[in-house]
Amino acid sequence: MEVYFIFLFLFDRNIFWDKNHIVMSEVNILLVEDNEGDIILTTEAFKDMKLDNKIDVVRDGEEALRFLKKQEPFADVSTPQLILMDINLPGMDGKQLLDIIKRDEALKNIPVVMLTSSDTDEDISECYDKHVNWYITKPIDFDKYTKVMHEIEAFYVSFVPYPKGKK
Amino acid sequence: MYFFRLFKTVPMSEIQILLVEDNEGDIILTLEAFKEIKVKNSIAVVKDGEEAIEFLKKQGQYADRTMPNLILLDINMPKLNGIEVLDFIKKDEKLRKIPVVMLTTSSSESDIAACYEKSANCFITKPLDFGKFLNVVEAIESFWFTIAQLPKTTS
Repeated sequence: MEVYFIFLFLFDRNIFWDKNHIVMSEVNILLVEDNEGDIILTTEAFKDMKLDNKIDVVRDGEEALRFLKKQEPFADVSTPQLILMDINLPGMDGKQLLDIIKRDEALKNIPVVMLTSSDTDEDISECYDKHVNWYITKPIDFDKYTKVMHEIEAFYVSFVPYPKGKK
Repeated sequence: MYFFRLFKTVPMSEIQILLVEDNEGDIILTLEAFKEIKVKNSIAVVKDGEEAIEFLKKQGQYADRTMPNLILLDINMPKLNGIEVLDFIKKDEKLRKIPVVMLTTSSSESDIAACYEKSANCFITKPLDFGKFLNVVEAIESFWFTIAQLPKTTS
């Protein structure tokens, strides 16, 4: 895991590195999910992370867009650095929401991970077509769920994020 | 591979990777690193941006090639650079859904920003020594081949 932090250390000025211990500024995550059980699974799994993180939850696409555009009641939120999104949502589905985000100049650079129970070729294909960054099919039980979240964390910290201060 | 048992879907029998890289040393490192991987994979290598586009358009010598499931793309290359290749891929109806991992020694902020803006799936900076390089490749394997779903490409 340490080697991954080194890359981020080199390129992200918010990172401090001392011998055994990485201190990173908190990662803000937006979870777009309407299923209460899955919300609990995800938020619990993220509590387990080495990476300091804060998860905000919205339960449908409309709320997600209000959050991302900092409209009431979300006027003071921080822009998330990662969006986790289900496909199956009430109203607008995740694919439509993904499309809107990736077409929006201000939002398109936020990495979006589809975290969904769907594993159909059509959904996978359509999401990559709409520029989803990663697509992950949700595992069913908590232990496996936690392991998948750790993999997401390990991978997330291994890559270089969008430069701060650029817009 | 552990995680294959987590998912209902049958894993791809072999993952096709396209490596777009001009540095011979880095090509060897990458091919060696991918040999270590448990998931069956086959890597095609092209050495500049123009060749990459010919490959993806199945032109000339590449007429019979299978479309890759994943593209590893360096930025600094002769003729056409990686950012231009990325732009081409992500604007093409058939190719845009192929995940592109920018794998490069370039670390300039404007390069990073440009890759995100042109819809790269992610951007990884190559470490300089083989041991760490191996770790990066393992992370790619672990993540892209076992956790993330890759779109099926219609050859």
